[in-house]
Amino acid sequence: MCAIRPSPVLTALAAAFVIFLSEPIGPALAKEMRVTISNFTFEPQTTTIARGETVRFVNSDDMVHTIVAADGSFRSDALDTGDSFAATFTKPGSFTYFCGLHPFMKGTIVVK
Amino acid sequence: MGKERENSAGSGLTRRHALECMVWAGTGVLWTVSGGIPKSLSLLDAAEAAEASQGGMTFLQISDSHVGFDKEKEVTAVDTLTEAIGKVRALPVKPTFMIHTGDITHLSKDGEFDDAARIIGTTRLDVAYVPGEHDLIDPGQGKAYLARHGKGTLGAGWHSFDRGGVHFIGLVNVVDLKAGGLGNLGAEQLAWLKNDLEGRSASTPIVVFAHIPLWAVYPKWGWGTDDAAQALMLLKRFGSVTVLNGHIHQIVQKVEGNMTFHTARSTAFPQPRPGTAEKPGPMIVPADQLRSMLGLTSVDFTIGKERLAVTDTTLA
Repeated sequence: MCAIRPSPVLTALAAAFVIFLSEPIGPALAKEMRVTISNFTFEPQTTTIARGETVRFVNSDDMVHTIVAADGSFRSDALDTGDSFAATFTKPGSFTYFCGLHPFMKGTIVVK
Repeated sequence: MGKERENSAGSGLTRRHALECMVWAGTGVLWTVSGGIPKSLSLLDAAEAAEASQGGMTFLQISDSHVGFDKEKEVTAVDTLTEAIGKVRALPVKPTFMIHTGDITHLSKDGEFDDAARIIGTTRLDVAYVPGEHDLIDPGQGKAYLARHGKGTLGAGWHSFDRGGVHFIGLVNVVDLKAGGLGNLGAEQLAWLKNDLEGRSASTPIVVFAHIPLWAVYPKWGWGTDDAAQALMLLKRFGSVTVLNGHIHQIVQKVEGNMTFHTARSTAFPQPRPGTAEKPGPMIVPADQLRSMLGLTSVDFTIGKERLAVTDTTLA
């Protein structure tokens, strides 16, 4: 359901769309939503995006966290303070993710 | 340490000779296995420590050294671990060995494991490890830990061994964690534990050590283990069971029947008492306060000079 950027396939796909849609800059496919990790909480708790959009998880906490899909489809490396991880969602649905170190931290990505 | 076995014959241990004496100071927790009346003693008190050691074996627990953590104001986790190990080295009576209840490193980096090994190695003591969740976040998800501490262990690093007449069991409850879940032992490890305990005399004192508490300290912050009850059921028939954990960076304990549960302080940073803060993040405190919260100061925290309190509570 998801590909982790940078992915050559996605990059190629995005490039193809850029050309096809003739958009000069900032093609819709490259739109990036942000989820911030602060005080052991994902903000916002639920992020709604369109298919093909990317979510970037930014750790602004003073503790290391990881991003793990509940269905096992993706897993970030350790994200220390200031690190980030991006995932692109290509299928519609509701996807739960959590912190692999502190699994009480959960969030949801809704892909329309 | 792995599967090292020692002959316990002649140790004279009975079910009455449990882990009856415990101390918290500075470096972690000094445990003494001896008969008779439990005593509280200072790690730095030579006379009392010597007296305690006559009764049997002492071992030390350190936990949550988080080598790589550098968010405290004036010291790093390397500094405070070095201080803690300095206190171990200065002990008038050398413990038989140490256990480390996980989160050796902060980010599972090779350099962090190396620093920890170098510092802890200066004690020249055997150390039995179990991993914390911070030790398994290398790209290989635990390969770095197992490469260093996996010898003689099974699965993600669980193992057991006998020492001084006590059966020690190191459990791993930090893998395959589920969204919204707590610590996790898993079916494979529980089956191994059942097999490990089978045929063992109920009078054998048991020490179980694992990173995340094996009882529900504060589930809202993940301070518990989902399938711990299954492990505790297997341990229920033993006359003396001591469960030692880390993870929560503070001392919490309870006694339930023949089981004593205890968590150790971190050597790196404190965490808030359950429910006293919104979240369980590191407490960043002034350096002069920090050491007292890491237990680097001698702390007169004891169960008392009387016998361990025994309460008639079942696990059901």
